[in-house]
Amino acid sequence: MSELSVDHLLGIKYLNKKDIELIFETADHFKEVINRSIKKVPTLRDITIANIFFENSTRTRLSFELAEKRLSADVVNFSAGQSSVKKGETLIDTVNNILSMKVDMVVMRHPNPGAGIFLSKHVKAAIVNAGDGAHEHPTQALLDSFSIREKLGDVGGKNVVIVGDILHSRVALSNIFALKLQGANVKVCGPRTLIPKHIESLGVTVETDLRKALQWCDVANMLRVQNERMDISYFPSTREYTQQFGVNKELLDSLDKQIVIMHPGPINRGVEITSDVADSDQSIILHQVENGVAVRMAVLYLLASKIK
Amino acid sequence: MSQKVLLTSKEINIILHRLACQLLENHLDFTDTALIGIQPRGVFLAERLAKILKQEYEVKNISLGFLDITFFRDDFGRGEILKANTTKMDFLVEDKKVVFIDDVLYTGRSIRAALTAIQSFGRPKNIELLTLIDRRFSRHLPIQPNYRGRQVDAINNEKVKVMWEENDGEDIVYLVSK
Repeated sequence: MSELSVDHLLGIKYLNKKDIELIFETADHFKEVINRSIKKVPTLRDITIANIFFENSTRTRLSFELAEKRLSADVVNFSAGQSSVKKGETLIDTVNNILSMKVDMVVMRHPNPGAGIFLSKHVKAAIVNAGDGAHEHPTQALLDSFSIREKLGDVGGKNVVIVGDILHSRVALSNIFALKLQGANVKVCGPRTLIPKHIESLGVTVETDLRKALQWCDVANMLRVQNERMDISYFPSTREYTQQFGVNKELLDSLDKQIVIMHPGPINRGVEITSDVADSDQSIILHQVENGVAVRMAVLYLLASKIK
Repeated sequence: MSQKVLLTSKEINIILHRLACQLLENHLDFTDTALIGIQPRGVFLAERLAKILKQEYEVKNISLGFLDITFFRDDFGRGEILKANTTKMDFLVEDKKVVFIDDVLYTGRSIRAALTAIQSFGRPKNIELLTLIDRRFSRHLPIQPNYRGRQVDAINNEKVKVMWEENDGEDIVYLVSK
């Protein structure tokens, strides 16, 4: 028997190491499937999935939709901008209305942390969190680890630094949980103002000198500065941020070793990384995107198989 | 639970040689043929037959593939969750004569899934089925083997267990009854 310990994917926090291994093994098979000339399997043909996005997204949404279609699920899309949410409908009402149209799974992105957990307690459907505020973005963390595993063979024992806006980043939190679960060493690096207090309690160390952090790591995961979530100024200027925490080719070449560069996207070219770094051989950014589809297929497949 | 031996290692060896010869008779030099073992248990039989054909009948260039049918099964969400296995097909099956190879033919549903799964790799010229054990009177679908090792009458709560030396320590086939 091989099944997940959870009925919903709400966050990496609720998974165990075995779950992650199972997701990766399944994703390996789906990666083979999506590289065939016919990329589709009929597995989820009697499953209907609603993609509910209360916040903007291109990559995640496309990736989920492709994953669903490659599995032959029926897909309905919903974005808050063009919906009755604007007319004052509550989250539970919105989702229950969608579910009464016989939907089995909900993939949801929401600006409020914990929205997925709340929903899972009130509606009868398997919930996949596609990002809830600054809380978690579990499938991103899974595909990041999957990409590290693919590139370096294993995640355990590797040194990973997460650089940038840790405070507002759901990718950072999910990644920390996922990496620690798999036995990696994790550092966070960024301006003090963008690193949450007590983050050490998650088992990570803080480094404010980017060069030192890069010198230490095997993998650097570069995050975007989330201007849209910043209500006050956290650093003097974008230029100053780039000078201290941006990675460019000269900096990479001056290190003793070849490190792997990752980015969850969207990239602000010239801010957190320069174009020549993003497009270099050391960057696995586009592999991350490809792996995203395989990993999401695995998550949907494993969760759908638990629907009774 | 009791089990009785259906085939001994010696009998299996004789049957494998007969099946290899039957394949040889219909496929000659195997240039347009693909032998495809159905995951997980058909793989051992497929490898064994390919080995006999290569070593004892000097057939060169056998296309041997493994096909996983997990994502093509028709019982998703209706029973236990099966773990997927590796699909290994280094060739296209377009216009090839495909031979599906599995250890036991029971309800025929695995072969139904395999017939769908193979479409992802092209349109074969034709598809044949080879099984070591053919359980009579238990089919859910109109599927019959072209090459069969041994026909067996077994009731539904009996299980046919095929063991292979490379995986289970010895070549032997049991009929297990609960």
